[in-house]
Formats: sequence, C-alpha cells, structure tokens
Amino acid sequence: MANIQLKAVRKSYGAVEVIKGVDLEIKKGEFMVFVGPSGCGKSTMLRLISGLEQITSGDLLFDDELVNNVVPAKRGIAMVFQSYALYPHMTVFENMAFGMKLDKTSKQETKARVQKAAELLQIEHLLDRLPKQLSGGQRQRVAIGRAIVRDPRVFLFDEPLSNLDAALRVQTRLEIANLHHDMTDVTMIYVTHDQVEAMTLADRICVLRDGLIEQVGTPSELYENPASLFVAGFIGSPQMNFLKGAFAEKHNCTTLGIRAEHIEIATAADAEWTGKVVHAEDLGSDNYLFVDIGAGDPLIVRRPGKLETPLGTELNLRPIAGHIHRFDANEKPIR
Amino acid sequence: MPTTPFWRFMFYAGVFAIVIIAVFPFYYAIMTSFETGTAIFKPNILPEMFSWQNYEQVTGQRAFGSSILNSVFIASTTVFFALLLAVTASYALARVRFRGRSLLLMTILGVSMFPQIAVLSGLYELVNFLGIYNRPWALVMSYTIFTLPFTVWVLTTFMRELPTEIEEAAIVDGATPWVIITKVFLPLLWPALVTTGLLAFIGAWNEFLFALTFTISEDMRTVPVAIALLSGASVQEIPWGPIMAASVIVTVPLIILVLIFQRKIVAGLTAGGVKG
Amino acid sequence: MSSDKSTNASPTAGKTLNLEQQRVRAAYMFLAPMLIMLLIVAAWPLFRSISFSFTDATANTIFNGQSEWIGFDNYVEKKIRSNGTIRWKGVLVDGDWWNAVWNTVRFSIVSVALETILGLLVALVLNAEFKGRGLVRAAVLIPWAIPTIVSARMWGWMLNDQFGIINEIMLTFHLIDKPIAWTASSDTAMIAVLMVDVWKTTPFMALLILAGLQMIPRDMYESARIDGIHPLRVFWRVTLPLLRPAILVAVIFRALDALRIFDLIYLLTPQSDSTITMSVLSYRELQQFGDYGEGSAMSTLLFLIITGFVLLYIKLGRVDLSGEKS
Repeated sequence: MANIQLKAVRKSYGAVEVIKGVDLEIKKGEFMVFVGPSGCGKSTMLRLISGLEQITSGDLLFDDELVNNVVPAKRGIAMVFQSYALYPHMTVFENMAFGMKLDKTSKQETKARVQKAAELLQIEHLLDRLPKQLSGGQRQRVAIGRAIVRDPRVFLFDEPLSNLDAALRVQTRLEIANLHHDMTDVTMIYVTHDQVEAMTLADRICVLRDGLIEQVGTPSELYENPASLFVAGFIGSPQMNFLKGAFAEKHNCTTLGIRAEHIEIATAADAEWTGKVVHAEDLGSDNYLFVDIGAGDPLIVRRPGKLETPLGTELNLRPIAGHIHRFDANEKPIR
Repeated sequence: MPTTPFWRFMFYAGVFAIVIIAVFPFYYAIMTSFETGTAIFKPNILPEMFSWQNYEQVTGQRAFGSSILNSVFIASTTVFFALLLAVTASYALARVRFRGRSLLLMTILGVSMFPQIAVLSGLYELVNFLGIYNRPWALVMSYTIFTLPFTVWVLTTFMRELPTEIEEAAIVDGATPWVIITKVFLPLLWPALVTTGLLAFIGAWNEFLFALTFTISEDMRTVPVAIALLSGASVQEIPWGPIMAASVIVTVPLIILVLIFQRKIVAGLTAGGVKG
Repeated sequence: MSSDKSTNASPTAGKTLNLEQQRVRAAYMFLAPMLIMLLIVAAWPLFRSISFSFTDATANTIFNGQSEWIGFDNYVEKKIRSNGTIRWKGVLVDGDWWNAVWNTVRFSIVSVALETILGLLVALVLNAEFKGRGLVRAAVLIPWAIPTIVSARMWGWMLNDQFGIINEIMLTFHLIDKPIAWTASSDTAMIAVLMVDVWKTTPFMALLILAGLQMIPRDMYESARIDGIHPLRVFWRVTLPLLRPAILVAVIFRALDALRIFDLIYLLTPQSDSTITMSVLSYRELQQFGDYGEGSAMSTLLFLIITGFVLLYIKLGRVDLSGEKS
C-alpha cells in the first residue's frame, strides 16, 4: 500500500519543460488514471513515479518517505508496459521469476509466487512457453503476472491496452478491473489516452494537459462538474456540445455546454433550438442525431432505441434542466 | 527488372559478366594449382591436367603448417579479447547518455582509420620493450588497434537496436547494468557477436604489415607472410604452382565461411557502414 | 532514459545514487578497459612514432637511447655547405616523397571513382529481382573474401608478361600486338594495381550501396511506374538523391582505405616507383634503410593528411558518422 505524494514536481529535458509544477496525492489502494491528449505528460509522470526518469525539481514521496533518489527496483513498484516487454529468450516462468532470481529468493518461494500469480491470471498452462509462442492477449497477461509476482505496493500501467485489438481490449480491461477488486491494498496508477478506459476503470481520474493538472476527481465528478472547458470536452463520448455567441449569451456565459444525452425533444412552443437533421449515426442501442441549429457545428442529440428520425426532419429541442454547463471567457465554469 | 527483351538480354549479359569477372581469377588459381611442370606455363582457360604435386609440396613444408596454426591462434585470440572489451563498451556507448559520448564515438571511429604505418615504429618499440618481438603475442596485441574499434563500432550499432522497454522492465526487476548485459542483452545479441567476430577474424587473418614487421623466424610467421615469402629453388624462379596451391588451401575455408554467413556478414558490414 | 544536467532541488537528496547516476557510473566502468587498451596500442605508439620523427633515430639507436632530438630537421632542413651553397633536405623537399604522394592521390581518386560507379551498377543488379540472385551475390562476395596476398599472387600470375592469361587473351583478340609487362613496366604498373584493387573492393562498395538501395521504399518505384516515368529519370531524380547518404559513407570509408594502402602495392609491384604510395615509402625508409627519424616523419605526415581529410569531409559533407541523430 502506498500513499503517493507529488509536491511541486517539475521535469525538464534540457531547455524544454514537460511537467510544469504538479501537486498530487494518490490514496492508498486507489486506482488512479492519468489521462490526457498526446504530449500532455501523462507517461512522463508515470515514469517519474517509477524512477525510470529523474525529477528535475520537487519531491516525490511514498508513504511519507522521499524517494527521488531511490532506484526503481527499491521503490516497491511494478510496471506493465505498452509493448509487454517480455524477455524473448526466457520462458513465461522465467520471465515472471526473473525479479525474484535477482533478489536471490529461494526456489520454493519463487515457484509458489509464480504459481499463484499464474493461477490468478489463468496462464498456468503457458509457463513453459516462450513469448513468441503466445498471442497478444496472453503476452499481456504474462506481463501483468510478472508485475503481480513482485508483490508491489504500487502497480504502474503504461497504456497497456493500446496494442490489443478492440475485442481483446474490452476483455483485458475487465481483467484489470478484477485485479483491482482482488488486490485491494495495492495502489494502481494507469496511463491512457482513451477516456472510456479512464471512466470505466478509475476510482479517480487525473486529467493532464501540457504538463499541468486540469482536474483530479472521481469519474462522476469529472462528468458532472468539469473544472474547465477542456475537461468538459475531453470527458464523455460523444464530446459535449459547445455553443457560443447568441446561444451562450442567452444563458449569460461565453460558452454553453450541453451533453448529447441531456437534450430532449420539445414542442414548438418550449423549443430553445430548432433545426434539420443533417446526419445520423445508428448504433443499435442508441442513435445520435446531428442537428443543424445554425450554430456552425451541428448539435449532437442522443435518442434511445432504433433510428426513427429520417434525415431532413425538423426537430424542436431543449436542454434538460440542471444539466447545462456555463463557461466564462477564461474557460472556467460558472456555478 | 527490365521489361523489353533487348534490355532483358543486356541485363542477363551484365549479370553473366559480373559473375565471370568475380569468379574467374580464383578459378584460374585453382586450375593452376593442379598443374605442374611445363603445363603451368601454358596459358589455358580449361583444365588440361590434374596433379596433387603442388599440394603435397606445400603441405610437406612444416613452416606452412605452423603458419596456419599461428594465424588461427592469433586471429582467434585477438578477436576474443576485442569482443570481450567491446560488449561492455558498446552497451555504454549505445544505451547510456553521458557527456562526451558522441566525441568518444568519433574518436573510436578515428582510431580505426589510423594508417597502420603511422604507429609502426611506436609499436615496434613497445613490442621490443615488452619482450614479445617475434612472438604471437606481438600480433595479438597490435591487431587490437583495428579489431577493437571495429567490434565496438559494429556492436554499438546492434546494441542500439535492442528495445528500450525490455531494458526498463529489467531495471524495474532490479537488474544492474552488468546483469542487463549478461542476462538480458547477450542472449539477444549473440548472432551479432558471431557476425562481428567473423568479420574481425577475417580482418586479422588477412593482416600483412604488422605480421611482416614483428616476426622474423620462419616458424613464427602468419599465413599471409608465409605465402608472400614462398620462394623456389633458385632466386629467379617463382614457384607459381605451390604458391597457387597454398593460396587455395588458405582461401577455400574463408570462402566457405563467407558463403555460409553471407547474410549476417552483409548485415554486419552495412551496420558498420550505413545508418539510414 | 534521458539525461538532463539539472540536479534535485530537494534539501533531503540522499547519498544514494538515483538510476541515472548509477547507469552513468557503470558506463564509465564499462568503457575503461577498452579505453586503456586503445591508449596502449594506439595512442601511445602514435605518440612515440610522432616523437621519432623529431629525432635522428635509426634502427640501431632507437633501443640504446643514443638518438638525439633534431626538431623539424627530418621534415625540412636547411643545410649550408662549406662552400656556401644552400641545400634543402628533408621529407617535405624529397622528390621521392612527393612522387609517393602523387601516386597515392592518383590511386585513390581513380580507384574510389571506379569502385563507386561499378559498385553502384553491381548494387543495382543485385537489387533487381531475378532467379539466381542469391548465387550472384555469393559470387560477388568472393573477391572480397580472398586475402590480399592471394589476390596479389593470383593477379600477378594472370598478369605475368610471359605466361599470363591476360596477355594471352588480349593477344588472341588482337587488342595488343605484343605482351605487356603489367607489373614491371612503369606505364602499366598503376593500371595493374587498379585492376586488382577494383576487383577486390567493388563488392564491398556494392554491398554498402545495396543496403542504401534496399532502404528506399518499393512504392516509390511502383508509383513512378504507374505514372509512366522513364526508369532512367526515376534513377536520376529519385534513386540517386535518396542514395546520397549511403554513397557518401561508402566513399569516405573507401577513400581512407585507399590513402593508406600498403599491402597490395608491396605485394604486387614492390619495386615500382610509379606505384609506390606514402605507406610503402615510409615502410621502406623504416625497415630497409633503418631510418626511423625520416620514416616516422613520413608516416606522421600521412597520418596528418588522413586526419585532415576526415575533418574536411565531415565538415563539408555534414555526414553524421556516429549514427546518433538517426
């Protein structure tokens, strides 16, 4: 278990500052996800926590102990890499046992711990195989197994699902979620650019942008109370509708935000927005209508069930009360 | 690949010419090595006689046999030590960023470009000082001036190609740089070691200048010097037959090695030469 | 992992080494043996050789410490004779030396040019897809695999003025009317040397250029073909520019080898003044005449020329030889 603290942490590569002063506290046993667009610094932060990169200034503490100068192997961490990073010339068993071998753990204990992790991940039948004989999903599980076997206090995931195909991604996501439920005292830090992964796996999410934290909070906090325009637009799929100009001025703000699922069909009398359907996406369970209300980009509206609204239909729409997000000229929410 | 019949013909004609030019001299040497007496002095393209006499003469000379042994010992030993030093050095040069790294790489490349003659007198003094003049160790030591930079250079290129994440996983597992080299990278690198070793071996085997200068007695010579100094019954007569036989004996194993390891050799040479 | 030159601002930064520091320290230790070895077999002998060039050392006196410092006299010395005439002595005013320099330059330019062009042609052939390509590549490797001494003897034999097959073939085809003393005659000695060197070294150039060729993506040729562009045009406008880095690297490696050539000259045309290169001249001075002072001066000059050439080439070609930036 680790309570992790970052205090005024900065990271520069030469003249380029990549992490520009981050303060963050990660609670023991929680599943924290770092999310953000490419180049925001999420992977760098993960690597700073792991010790693979050195902090330029600021402090990093594990359980109130300064670890800035501690090598990764002694921080009590384990890491799962995007490309699995299995040792190609070693069997699955040897891959998982490698860390313990270096630690001079006894043969019996090594065997026991590898066996236990293998059972947990259902890879016992693969222990004698070489990585090249495994499928992508199996390799990922071995990589996770190798990390579990280290008995870490912090588990680090660096975009582990990016190399998997869509179906495998969902399945492995579930396995990682189960892992978190089983290992309740292990802190997990997970990096991804996919906000769906963030929303489904996280206890708390940390949204990063350009080397700074935009917001930290639970998925529902980020969803319901985004602390900035950026977070509002980043979280949630499809992206929140943003209206400017006259549409926003009507609500006394610079930008008006309303999610697709918070718009309802109204009568002509109560309608705030009207327009023709210019495009539709039917997903079977829901369908998304793109309505041109004269605001530049079409408004995305979610309708449940099968598509019944043909293109060109004129719709009367209004926002559901209590779900309007108003943002001022500084992209901050107006409460 | 040309499409019109005329250019296709020209292409294959060109291929044919290339192969003939490349192979003919050695074919001719082989043919000559099986000729004796006056037949040698008749210029013929196709073989007209066959005799082992030249080979018997050459292998009968004890000095020839000992020159082969010398060459094998010297080339293997110098390459072995070069590889030993190069493996760790190339890890440092390829995978750890430190100040002055590029300068060091350029310097090492520079050393491999030394004209051998420029260090000859200095090495001669050193060899005598160490008391290893006319001993194989003189050559084992002096050959390092080109085997070491070469192996470091080529191995550095190969080391660079190894994936970073595997190294990072090993670091997280608690591996020190030495463990990373020996337990994680070396198993992946051994084909590169074979290739590099082979290329360095060929270079050491063929070396002439130092071998000529630092050995003086017949039983200490290496193969190139032994062949160069093969002399006939009288001062005027050059024993072409035995010379060709000796050449063939020494070259055939090399050619076989090169043909077997063709692909790897090409990869090694181009790793050292071209970086895309 | 990266390195930045900053340190931790935290006041409690401990005495333990972080990962980066640990790795850098290990790197220094790993480099030490190699550096020490190079110091012993390269740096020190080079220093000694250069020192010899400033002394009057001979084969006898280099070991008994009786040689004396004479400054630049080996390079150039002004001697005033008893009758008042001034005579200049030294390598820099030695006709033999400049002859050797000229031979070396001549040899280098022609051999590198020929080997690059022929190497390019061979590389183009090997790059094409046809049956038996593997065999052709194997055949092409053979000249490279053969030791220099063997090549020298083989070709020496083929170029023999009385019994050589080359003369025989040329006579048969009426290309010449009497046999040529290829290695002995000063008109043809250089041609003989070039013949052998081009034969030996073109495979190496071809391989380097082939590697560059194979890095050019195939779709470029396909789209050019679809566009109906003439193959020769494609070659000039697309292939050659993309090959430039590979060719530049191949040329410089080859040029440096050519400038310092010793083996082939010594073995094929040992007595010829029209092929004697700087290396061979220096060797003759050192070993045959035992003049360590002058011989070392020559070898030092050769060393300077080569170093100068490399630096110039790097500056002008902006060639990144260390491969770091790729």
